[in-house]
Formats: sequence, structure tokens, C-alpha cells
Amino acid sequence: MSDLSKLKISEARDALKKGDLTSVELTQACLSEIEKAGALNAFVHKTPELAIDMARAADANKDGGDMNGIPLGIKDLFCTKGVPSQAASGILAGFKPEYESTVTSQLFAGGAVMLGKLNMDEFAMGSSNETSVYGNAVNPWKRGNDVAELTPGGSSGGSASAVAADLCLAATGTDTGGSIRQPAAFVGITGIKPTYGRVSRWGIVAFASSLDQAGPMTKDVRDAAIMLRAMSGHDPKDSTSADLAVPDFEAALTGDIRGKVIGIPKEYRMDGMSSEIEKLWSDGTAMLKDAGAEIRDITLPHTKYALPAYYVIAPAEASSNLARYDGVRFGHRAKLDAGDGITEMYEKTRAEGFGSEVKRRVMIGTYVLSAGFYDAYYNRARKVRALIKRDFETVFADGIDAILTPATPSAAFGLGEMADSDPVQMYLNDVFTVTVNLAGLPGIAVPAGLDKNGLPLGLQLIGRPWEEGDLLNTAYTLERAAQFVAKPNRWW
Amino acid sequence: MSIDIQTARRVAKLARIAVPEADLPELAKEFSAMLGFIEQLNEVDVEGIEPMTSVTPQRLKRRTDVVTDGGQPVEILSNAPDAREGFFAVPKVVE
Repeated sequence: MSDLSKLKISEARDALKKGDLTSVELTQACLSEIEKAGALNAFVHKTPELAIDMARAADANKDGGDMNGIPLGIKDLFCTKGVPSQAASGILAGFKPEYESTVTSQLFAGGAVMLGKLNMDEFAMGSSNETSVYGNAVNPWKRGNDVAELTPGGSSGGSASAVAADLCLAATGTDTGGSIRQPAAFVGITGIKPTYGRVSRWGIVAFASSLDQAGPMTKDVRDAAIMLRAMSGHDPKDSTSADLAVPDFEAALTGDIRGKVIGIPKEYRMDGMSSEIEKLWSDGTAMLKDAGAEIRDITLPHTKYALPAYYVIAPAEASSNLARYDGVRFGHRAKLDAGDGITEMYEKTRAEGFGSEVKRRVMIGTYVLSAGFYDAYYNRARKVRALIKRDFETVFADGIDAILTPATPSAAFGLGEMADSDPVQMYLNDVFTVTVNLAGLPGIAVPAGLDKNGLPLGLQLIGRPWEEGDLLNTAYTLERAAQFVAKPNRWW
Repeated sequence: MSIDIQTARRVAKLARIAVPEADLPELAKEFSAMLGFIEQLNEVDVEGIEPMTSVTPQRLKRRTDVVTDGGQPVEILSNAPDAREGFFAVPKVVE
């Protein structure tokens, strides 16, 4: 069986339980695919020996759970004990954590196998993977016969590329403004950002703590349900982690959404939206209607202000979180000249260690928090954030169960194509996803069609807080109707 | 609002990021573009709205004030660029 790495988590789980397959076989198949896929630059730290040891242990455990023996890729943002964890930044070069993030601890305790660490935008700041110190990951999809390499999206671009190219069965991602859902849409896979507080942030390198959430990136909705359950749960080490029971999300996948009310927000119909995205959206709406849902037009009036609010709040929190990279306790320290004191050490270390996008955001954050501007920018953005959340609360109170939107304004774009645009153009990638982080809601991207060049396009469903099971079931219904089965042609 | 070179220099200093003098004009231009984007927020009526402090309506948990971890100086120092005699080492701070 040479196609083992193409298996879904659910298929591998069942085959492993029946004894038709061992985790060692499955892991070796993935490792061999990773070796052949250097051109995708998805895996940036490979851990083949560790993977085989973990697979052997999983095979020896006859009572393993759903994730037992399942080979995964782990985003470089997660601290993994003894394995480089750099957040794709030069400032964390050589950093090997002495501890394991809660998410990876839970996955590994459940028998999951780590194949290695995955590429991403530096500190998760980016939408194209081009800010990575490792160089960009590459999308396995191409525009027909065009040889141009495309972005897998960002920030979880390595995770997206690896799952779409079948280098692993699934991967972890993180999402601060769309970093799971945008890359998932760009490569034709499923990605869910859970409700803020569902998954522990402990041991995940912090970007913007009030927005960051980790989630699974998988080959279908069922796998997302299985893996999300394994990642979720209360963690005393993350004070914002919710002390709520984790439901069996897979059991919620009935495919029955009769009577559910799906909202279509008029503010997401952006000026200049491509006809392909518009068609994808109306097709998705029709699919949910055919499945028995009621479709209702809704309004989320503050949508337009989500990106500007995000670009105050996220840089502000980043400037504070990234203050810890000072060249003292871990990572890079600049070589100092004679007479340099501690201030020069900080300034040179951070100038050398951070890439340009990270520097830009740290400085914007510093500015909006500085004396005299805190109220005008930061406090105003937090008030607008409260209004954005209230928009959602209002429609949910009116009986809306889920909201359907496009996941991204376009299909994947070419690497380097945005190089000459101003940063704001790149930020527009997150225009449909960022509201969800600001409001702390669960959101899922599901592949739903192809554009005229044969590239995948995704739809996003947004759910009520803590109702990921219900959201996953709606996504599952959409997935079954859309029947997206296309795969990239192998060129790597 | 347009950011001048002096403000760009001050922000870089506050952020403890060395920016060569020659790069300050470009940096100031980028800041101005970003702030121009952010200033759309001024259109919103926020009268009487409290700034959000927590996205989920929860009280932060309290825990007993006891030592739960520690005694790992070797692990703590293992990633330090410069550690000596059980301490992080930095350039001279006090004259």
C-alpha cells in the first residue's frame, strides 16, 4: 500500500483498530512522502526517529483512542520538548523548549505521532507564508499548466501544504485573524478555529493573546471533529481556557440540519467581489437550503471596521508579547561592539532577529499603546470590537444558528505577487475571517468548489460560541452536498 | 494622520528595535499608511460603549498562592545565549 499517507484520520483509525495496518507502516509512508516533497518546503524540522518511536508505542497500545497511531505535522508555533520551536523566526534560532505545549501533550498522550514541525509566517504574522525565516512553503496546487508557484496561504501555510499534499494525515494550526481558515481554503482542505477558550494556548508562542486559538487542519469535516476533540479541554495553565466539558464532536455529525436557520450577512458582499466567489456563495446557500435549512438575510453592521480594529488590537498585543525576545533567556543575541550596554543588546538583537513584517507590527503596536495615543487608538479599537461582537450576539438572539460566508476574497495567489503592494492589500485576505476572532466565535472553512484555473475555493461557516458540534454538523452537510474531491496534480 | 521621521525614530526606540537613520523615512511612510487605514475607526459611534476586556464572559480563575513548579535551574538556563554560574549573563547594566 503506497497510498497510506492519503488516508483520513477516520479511515486510519478504523484500519489500525482492526489490525489491518500498523502505525509504523503509516508513519513510514508519511516520512517517505515528506522526503520526496522538499520542493513544498512544508516540513522545516523533521523528526523521523521520534516519529518511529512514537508509532511503535502506539502499536503496542491496544486500548488507544481515536488519535492513537495517527501521524501529524505540528505547526512551528507549538513548543515541542527537545525539538526546535522557532515560530519561523530568526530570533528563536536554536530554541529547544524544555516543555511541551498543552495541545501537543494531549495529542501525544492520546497516541498521536509527530512527523516534524511545519512552516508558517514568522510569529504567525502573514497571509502567504512569505514572512517565514525558512523561506515560504509552496501550495501543491497550480493554475492549470502554469508553472508559477502559488502561496499555500498563511499563517498556517506549511500545515495547509502538508495536509493537501498528503505528507501527513492532519496538522495543527493556529488562527489569530484567519490563519487556519484562509490557508485551508487556499489548498482545498478543512480547518476549524474553535471558540476562544476551547483549546489551551499554553506552550503556543503568543502573537495576540485575546485572539489566538489553535485548531485542526484536516482532510475532511469528520477528521476535524475527531482531532478537535483531542485538542480541546480545560487547562489550569491557561487562565482563559474554559472549564467546560468537551462533547463528542464526531457524534454530532448526523447530516441533518432541517429547521436550522442559516444567516447570509449582506456586509460580506464586498465591492468588487469576483463572480466566482459570488457563485460559490450562492451555490453553498442553495445546498444548505436543499438540506432543509431556512435561509435568512442578516446584517452585521460593523463588519467594515473589523480589519482596522484588528490592526490595532493584534499589533498592540504582539508588541507586548514579543517584548520577551530580548536576547537574554532564549534565542538569538546580537554580537555586541565594545562599549555596548544592555539597551544596545536589546536593540541590535531585535533588529537582527525579527523580520520586517514582525518589526512593522511590533512598532505599530508600540505606537498605538504609547502615551497620548492609547485612548484614540487602542481603547477605540476595543470599543469597536465590543460592537462587532454585539452584531453577532444580536443575530444569534434572533434565532440564527450559523452564518455562511466566503472563506477568502480569492483563490490562492502567486508567491511574490503581492511583493509590491502595500501591507494593507495583504491584510484584506482576512476580511471574511477576522470578525470571528474579534468576537471569539468558532469558524470553519470547507472546500466547496474550483475557480476557472482549477484552484480550490472555500466557504466559511460561523457558529454560536461553544457549539462547535452543531457547526461541524452544518459543515458536514455542506461538505456532503459540495462533494469536493479534487486533488492537486503531483509535481513535487 | 501622517507620521514624521522623528516620531518613527521615537517608536523604534520605544520598541527597542535598532532602525538605521536611512530607513526612517520609509518607516514613517509605512506607519502613515497603516494609521490611515486604522483611522476608519473614527467613523464609528462608540458613545457609551465599554472597551472589551474579555471576549468570553468569564471571570479569570483564581488559584491558591502556592509554589507549583520550580527547582529547575539547568532547564531554565539551557536556552540562554549566555549563562554563567547559574545565572543569565548580560552586558554591564549599572555603572
